[in-house]
Amino acid sequence: MKNKIYKTFDEAVADVPDGSTVMIPGFGGIGMPRNLIAALNRQGAKDLTGVSNNAGNLDDKVDVSTLVEARQMKKMICAFTAPTHPSRITPFVEQYNNDEIEAELVPQGTLAERMRAAGAGIGGFYTPSSVGTELAEGKEHREINGRMHVLEYPLFGDYAFIRAWKADTLGNLQFRLTQRNFNVVMAMAATVTVVEVENEVVEAGGLDPDNIHVPGIYVNRIVTIPADGIWY
Amino acid sequence: MAEKPKLDRQSMCDRLAMEFQDEWIVNLGVGMPTLCSNYVDTSRDIITHSENGVIGYGPLAEEGKEDGHLVNAGGQFVTAQPGMSILHHADSFAVIRGGMVDVTVMGAYEVAENGDFANWRIPTRKGGGIGGAMDLAACAKRVFIAMEHNTRDGGQKLLNRCSLPITAPGVVKLLVTDLGLFEISPEGFVLKEHAPGWNPEEIQEMTEAKLIIPPDLKEFRFKA
Repeated sequence: MKNKIYKTFDEAVADVPDGSTVMIPGFGGIGMPRNLIAALNRQGAKDLTGVSNNAGNLDDKVDVSTLVEARQMKKMICAFTAPTHPSRITPFVEQYNNDEIEAELVPQGTLAERMRAAGAGIGGFYTPSSVGTELAEGKEHREINGRMHVLEYPLFGDYAFIRAWKADTLGNLQFRLTQRNFNVVMAMAATVTVVEVENEVVEAGGLDPDNIHVPGIYVNRIVTIPADGIWY
Repeated sequence: MAEKPKLDRQSMCDRLAMEFQDEWIVNLGVGMPTLCSNYVDTSRDIITHSENGVIGYGPLAEEGKEDGHLVNAGGQFVTAQPGMSILHHADSFAVIRGGMVDVTVMGAYEVAENGDFANWRIPTRKGGGIGGAMDLAACAKRVFIAMEHNTRDGGQKLLNRCSLPITAPGVVKLLVTDLGLFEISPEGFVLKEHAPGWNPEEIQEMTEAKLIIPPDLKEFRFKA
C-alpha cells in the first residue's frame, strides 16, 4: 500500500500548481486546516480558485485571508462575499472593491450540496433554495411536486485541505463535534485530499470501522500536527 | 424631548421564543436571534439546530469552559447537551431543505407586507453575506424575524415592497421589532402587540406599510 504519511506540511503541498482549485473547510474557525494553509502560503502557488464558507476573517489567525492577502487567490467561491459586519475590511473586501479578485456567491447549503454532488457522481440537482432571488436569475428552473426549483451543478476541486481529529495509516478519518462541517464533502469532491490531523496517526484497525467519517480511499496525504504547529 | 423607550433586544427575542412549541426544531441565526436561546421555558422541550451540523446543543459556554471543537452558527462556543448529534455540512442542509426545521429566526434589513424579506446585501457594498439564510428561508416551516423597527437614521424597514435584493419571497410569518409584534397575513402586517407606551397611530407613523389594527390588539407580552 502506498505510504500516505508525510513528515511536513511543506512536502504535502509542494506539488500544488498555479491555477488549482483548492477547497478549504472550517466554520467559525473550527475544522480549518491552518497548518496546510500556512504551507500553501509558503509554497506560493498563484491564480488559485478557493472554495470555502467565507473569504477569510480579520483575526490575525492563519486562514483564507492569509492566501488572499498574499494575492495567491484569483477567485473565491463562498457563501459570504461581504463580512457580517461592514466595519471588517478583510483583505478580500479590499481586493474585491478594487476588482482585483473574482467571486461567486453561493447559498451555503447549495455550496455543500454541489460538492457532495461532485463527490457522488451526480451531474446536477434541483434545489428550492434561492428561488425568487437574484441568485437564481439565469438558472434553469423546474417545478417539481408543485414547487419551483433551480438547477445547480457539481463543484469539483483539485485539492482539499482537511483538518481531522484522528486518522489511521490508510487515511480513514474521524472528526470531533462541529469540526466535521465541510471536511467530508470537500474530501469527496477533490482529486487530491491532504489532511492535517490533531492526534498521532494510528495503525490500520486502530479506528472503529462503524465510526469513520471519511473513508481512507478519499485521502492521499496525512501530516500529524506537531507540538509547535498551529493548533487554533 | 426625551425619546420614548422602546423594547430591548432580549425582550424582543423572548417574545418570539414564547411561540416555540414543544419538540420544535429551532434554528437561530447569527446576531440578535441567538438571544432567543436565553429564554427558558421548562414546560417546552425544543431541539436546537445549527447549520454547521449540530442538533441539540446547549447554552453558550462559560468563559474558560469552552470546548474548542463546538460552536454554533455564529461561531460562538456552546455547550454539549446529552443526546446531541453531529452531521457534516451537506447533511445539515439536508435537514433544512428536507423540511425538518420548524422555525428559523433571523435578522433583516427589510420586511415587506407580502412576506418578502431582505438580509444579505446592501447596494452600497459589493458582495453579500448569504450564509445559510437562503436555504433556511426557502425551506424552514416558519420564518420569524427580529429587527429594529427603523434604521438608525429613521429609515423605513416595514415596507410595501422590499427595495433591497430579497432572501426569499413571501415566507415571513411573524416579526418582532422594538415597537411591537406583527403577524404577516395575506392582507399585510397585523399589529398584534404594541410596545408599552406606544399606541397604534404612533407605530403607524413610524411605518411605511399600512398596518392592520385588529380589535384584539394587546400590549406586548414580556412573560409567557
